Formats: sequence, C-alpha cells, structure tokens
Amino acid sequence: MRVIAAMSGGVDSAVAAARAVDAGHDVTGVHLALSRNPKSYRSGARGCCSIEDSNDARRAADVLGIPFYVWDMSDEFAEEVVEDFIAEYTAGRTPNPCLRCNEKIKFAAVLDRALALGFDAVATGHYAQLRTDSAGIIEMHRAIDPGKDQSYVLGVLTQKQLAHSLFPLGDTTKDIVRIEAAERGLAVAKKPDSYDICFISDGDNAGWLHEKLGARPGTIVDEAGDVLREHDGAYEFTIGQRRGLHLGVPADDGKPRFVLDIEPVSGTVTVGPREKLAIDYIEGIKPLWCGAIPSGPLEGTVQLSAHGKDHRAIVTVDGTDVRIELLEPASGIAPGQAAVIYAGTRVVGSSTIERTGLSDAAAHEPDRNRQPSPGTARGAVSLGASSAFGGM
Amino acid sequence: MTHSNSVYLDHAATTPMVPEAIAVMAEQLAKTGNASSLHTSGRAARRTVEESRELIAERFGARPSEVVFLSGGTEANNLAIKGLYWARNGTDPGRNRVIFSSIEHHALLDPVTWLAKHEGALVDMTPVDRYGRILVNDLRASVDADPASVAAITTMWANNEMGTVQPIADVVRIAHEHGIPVHSDAVQAAGYLALDFGGSELDAMTVTAHKLGGPMGVGALLMRRELAATPLLHGGGQERDLRSGTISVASVAAFAKAVDVTVSLQGESVQRIERLRRRLVNGIRAAVPDAIVNGDPEPGASHRLPNIAHVTFPGCEGDAMLMLFDAQGIECSTGSACTAGVPQPSHVLLAMGYDEIAVRGSLRFSLGHTSTDADVDALLAALPGVYERAHAANLVRNTH
Repeated sequence: MRVIAAMSGGVDSAVAAARAVDAGHDVTGVHLALSRNPKSYRSGARGCCSIEDSNDARRAADVLGIPFYVWDMSDEFAEEVVEDFIAEYTAGRTPNPCLRCNEKIKFAAVLDRALALGFDAVATGHYAQLRTDSAGIIEMHRAIDPGKDQSYVLGVLTQKQLAHSLFPLGDTTKDIVRIEAAERGLAVAKKPDSYDICFISDGDNAGWLHEKLGARPGTIVDEAGDVLREHDGAYEFTIGQRRGLHLGVPADDGKPRFVLDIEPVSGTVTVGPREKLAIDYIEGIKPLWCGAIPSGPLEGTVQLSAHGKDHRAIVTVDGTDVRIELLEPASGIAPGQAAVIYAGTRVVGSSTIERTGLSDAAAHEPDRNRQPSPGTARGAVSLGASSAFGGM
Repeated sequence: MTHSNSVYLDHAATTPMVPEAIAVMAEQLAKTGNASSLHTSGRAARRTVEESRELIAERFGARPSEVVFLSGGTEANNLAIKGLYWARNGTDPGRNRVIFSSIEHHALLDPVTWLAKHEGALVDMTPVDRYGRILVNDLRASVDADPASVAAITTMWANNEMGTVQPIADVVRIAHEHGIPVHSDAVQAAGYLALDFGGSELDAMTVTAHKLGGPMGVGALLMRRELAATPLLHGGGQERDLRSGTISVASVAAFAKAVDVTVSLQGESVQRIERLRRRLVNGIRAAVPDAIVNGDPEPGASHRLPNIAHVTFPGCEGDAMLMLFDAQGIECSTGSACTAGVPQPSHVLLAMGYDEIAVRGSLRFSLGHTSTDADVDALLAALPGVYERAHAANLVRNTH
C-alpha cells in the first residue's frame, strides 16, 4: 500500500512509520503544521510552534529513508479544533481537542487528502489495535499497554476511516517502542512524551483561554448561593476541579470543595463537597459508531476522559441520543468530554457528554452499588468481553 | 550530476557544480597554506586568492579591489545593507531611511526588517507591477519625499521566484541624483545575464558561487572602494577590513573557475536554456490549458531570466504537485527553497497582487546548465497525472 505516516516528531510516530516501512508499504512521512505565526514581511517559516518537532520528524524520515513533507493544516486546525475548543469552554464545557483533531483533521482532512493524492492509508503512532472480523468489520481494540492505550481519543472513528488507518504500535508496550527506536538509530528514542495540548505552550490552558477570550468576570458561589470570590473567567474552571480555586475561607465543615457547576452565561461557578460531584447517568449527543449501532441496551464500560478509568455501564441508544447508566456512581465528569463506549476491549463508539446527573434512587443511597436490572437485554451487539480481555 | 535518475528542475535553488570547478576545488583542497601567512605556502595561497579575485572582477566588470569574498549571498546582502546603513547613519544621523523593493529575497528583507526593529531605521517598500517589476515612479516619489534622509536603496537584479529583471539603470539614476548608494542582489542574474558592475554604476552588488556552478559557502560582495561600510564581523580584517575570517582558498578558486566557465558560455547556454524553457512552457499550456505562466512573458536581458518558468495551476496546491512530481523523480519548487518546510504563501506573488489561492497553486521550474530535452519530456509526461490528482485533493480539501 501507499501509506502516509503522520510524523509528529515524537518517538511513537517515528517507530510507527518504521514498522509501516518494514511491513512493505511505500511510506511517505508527513508532519502536520498546525499553526502559522504570521510576522511582518515573513510569515513564520520559523515561527511555527512545532518547528523543532518538525525537524525531529524529518530526521526520523531521513533515517528510515522515506520522503518527508510538511503539510500545512493550520486553517483546518484553527477552524475545526481551536475554534471548537474556545467555543466549548465559552459554553461552560470541557472539550478534548485531541479527539476532535483525530475526528476532523488526522482521519478526515489529512486522510481524504491522502486518498485523493493516490495514497491508500494513514499510519499514526496511536496505541490502539485494529482487527478485522470474519464478516469484514474492522474492530478497534484497546492497546495492550494499558498505560499508553489511546483508543479513547480514536473513539470517534468510523468504519470508513478505520479502513484506511494503520496503528502499528497497538501490540507493543511503550518501553519496547523506545528500545526499538534506539535500535533503529532514531534520535527521538529518548524524547519525553508530550502531555500538553499541542497548541497551548506550557500547559497553561487557563492563561491561553484568558488571552483568547479576555476577562469575563463572574463569581464563585457555594451551594447556598453565597459569593465566595470573584473570578476572571468561568472558562478557567472544570467540573470536578479542586486545586487553584483560591477560596480563602474554608468550608463550614473544613472539607475541600470542588467545582460542581459552571453557568456560562452569568459566569457563576458553584463549588461544594466531593459527594455532590457524584453522578450515575449521562446523557450523550452526537454519537459516532465504530461499527454497528447497538440495537438494544448494551452492557459494557465507558471511559469518560483521556486517562480516566473504565466505568461499568448500560448504554441505550435512541437515534442521536445516548443514555449511559453507570453501575457505580462516578464523580468529576465534565460535560463536553467524550464518553467512549467499550465492549470489553473493543470500542463500540463515542458520544459527547451533554448532561450528567444522579438518579433519585442513587441520590438517596449514594454508596449503593447498583447491579444491572434483570430485564436488561444484552442486545444484538457482541460484547466479546472475555475473549477480548484475554490472550494478549 | 544530481541524484541518479532525477529530473532536476530547481537550478534557481542551486545548480550542479561545473566539472572544471570541481577539479580546481579538489586540487586546491589537497594544498595547505593560509593566504595571510608570509611563507611560501601562504604566498601560494594568496596568489590563488588574488588570481581568483582578478578573474571574477574581470568577468563582472569590476576592479579586483572591489571584490570582497565572504560566505555567500545572505552575508553579502547583510553586509551591504547593514554596513551601508551603519556607516552613513553614523556620519549623519539624519540618514535613517532604507528603500527596498517588495519582492526582495528574505536574505535582504530580513536584514532590512532588522534595521527597522533594532536600529530605528525607517524602511520604505517600493511596490511592483503585475510582472513583479518595481514601479520606478513610486521609487522616485519615495526618494523625492526626503532625499537627504535615505541611507541606501536596494533592488534585486532579477527576482528569484519569477525571474523578472528589474530596471537597475533607472534606480541608479534616481539614486545618484541625490548621491544615494544603490545595492543590488544579483544572485539569480549572475550566470544567466551579462553583469557589468562598473557599467551599471551600482555601488554594491551581491553574487554567490553555487547559483552559477561553483560551490556552496562562498560568494562576493562587489563594492566600490570609496564607499564606507561598517563590517558585520570583526577579526583579522582579511578582506579590506570589511570582512574578517580566513579565506577558503579552494572555495574561492572554484568560484572563480565557475564564473569563468559560466560567463564564457553565457550567450550559447542562454539560447539553449531559453529554447528548453519555451518547450516547457508550451508543453504545460498544452497539457493544462488553465495554467498561467507568471511574470514578464518577453525574453531578453531587460525582461526576464531565461531559465525560470513560474506557473500557477488554478485549483491545485503547489505543495501537493511538488510531492507528486518528487515521487516520480522530478524536482521543482513552490517558491524559494528558504521558505520550504512549512509552506508559506510567497510574499513576492502577494506583492504582485495575486490572491493567496493563486499563490498556493504555483510552482517554479528552473533550468540550468545540465538541463536537457529529456528533462522537459519527463516533466510533461508526468504533468497530466500529477495535475489531476492535485486537483482532486484540492476539491476534497475545500469540502471540509
């Protein structure tokens, strides 16, 4: 196959590209330029936030002996990812821009461009596994390295996209990838992992949003509505946040307080005790399915943030509405994040968290571990949990 | 000359060394001797440097003492514009203005911008017409607004993206009415046009070896003796105290040989290259009727360089076409190589009034001394398929 290897300049995508070459594909390395820094007279040939990353990617491509180009995706990225990120925070939600980038840029704008230019697939360094079942359906599964698994941020991909995707690292642990990179003579073997949002330097999300949106003063109130302090912008807060609230006075009971609610229009941020964060159902919108849409209630698990844990849940789909009932309450679940639905290790699909809540029964009995009701059908969707968990 | 099997159509970025220059360079690399040393080896090195200087001076219509060897075009442009500005502003702080054209290479734009930012220079940009030729009346108006305040004027001889030749004689005439020195970046013109530094009455002119068959890393600033300029580098003062650093004897010797060979063959090779360009342009037009060939269509030393064809393919992205050509071993450029990497719309085309979409859909094909009919044939054979795919990719992009 003719393959575009998306090369970020990190160790994972370099090894992924190397493995695509080893697999016999005709590989072309591409670094995605996601920002331009216009200056007077010259528009930032050196201004891009990732010029060093671009050079690292280029050197990896040299070592692999593959052609290398920089694709300017900055317009698409600004429109689809950055603007969405700002709009979501403005609306009091907590977006995941990596998911959005995979959905709209890497496996959409880039993939479509690659296909039009005569390529067959895009390979990335994401940790996830693809398998084709006997019916020809492509399944995406969690990577074998639980610490690196990135199936969550790929949960937005559909069959059509998966058919043209390669994830060569899903069957490998990160330490092996680093060893392999060193053996291959890739200079990025020891390059540290990046955790920050790529378009925000220093991981200072609040500062970045402040710069983009300006001051939007509001108040932090307790559950009784008493004002605890003023703030410069509700976008600086996330549901479940405890640190950096700077409330000054302790709560009456002396216990830490958490962000419970963000009301974007008035800018009111409500704080309260941890137990008030508990939720046991989620209403999701804009679902995207990797394969078949669950035809009945699905008992599986959901992951609710990028490095969040697996929550056992029952998922019911009604058109574009997704209802997720958690079997045990969870806390700190922020609207705007994706709920990625799994059957065992298999990704079923994803949905954007629109609303969360605590059902009446659970509200009165918060510590109760609910069991699936006997009436829950397991539906037509294969769960495959036992087989998927074993044998890797 | 280049990679085996590659069809090299990027001679404006750099052109292969002529075999005679390679031979001279290898011969010199085997010798030792610092041209500043007083012993026999040093004197031999000095002799090679001075003979090289004399040859280059002769071929470019300059006096040997006007040739300052340095590392290449970027350094020469920096020395010319900053050196003249510092010297003239130093003697008269009222001379605080630099006039330059909107189509200069970054190797000139950036030092000018630097002067504005760090030295408080006022910088006046002269606009260009649709062909990328500066508007002489605008230049005159800019000078006449306050001639006494102009420290220097700089206008490239021929543009590196479009090949458009600039009205150097007009610029010099306007400037000299007021005693203002004029520098010209002649990096692209050297080797393809007959350059007469003395006859042009320019005060300073930049040439570099690797665009005319010499090695990378060596060039010259031709500058009138009587003109004061402040050096960029301080040290041994090897080159007229204007430039310090041990001279690379082998590079300078190979530079001189390349100038000698290239300038001697000029008439003959220009005709041959002009004929190849005509085939290339006609072939492109036949294959892609929508294609637009940019710049001055008229051949000739006062119109455009013979070796550059700059073409807009509407509805395509230049970088997509470049990649597809490259995959077939055909090498061209979307603009000047220095801007490569993160593709940027060319400031030259924007200055010429093109919109950003047209700018992004452009490629530069540049021919040189090793170009053949087979190169043109290969390009024309690959073009329909490349165009079709790039066009499809662009449609996809615009639907997102």
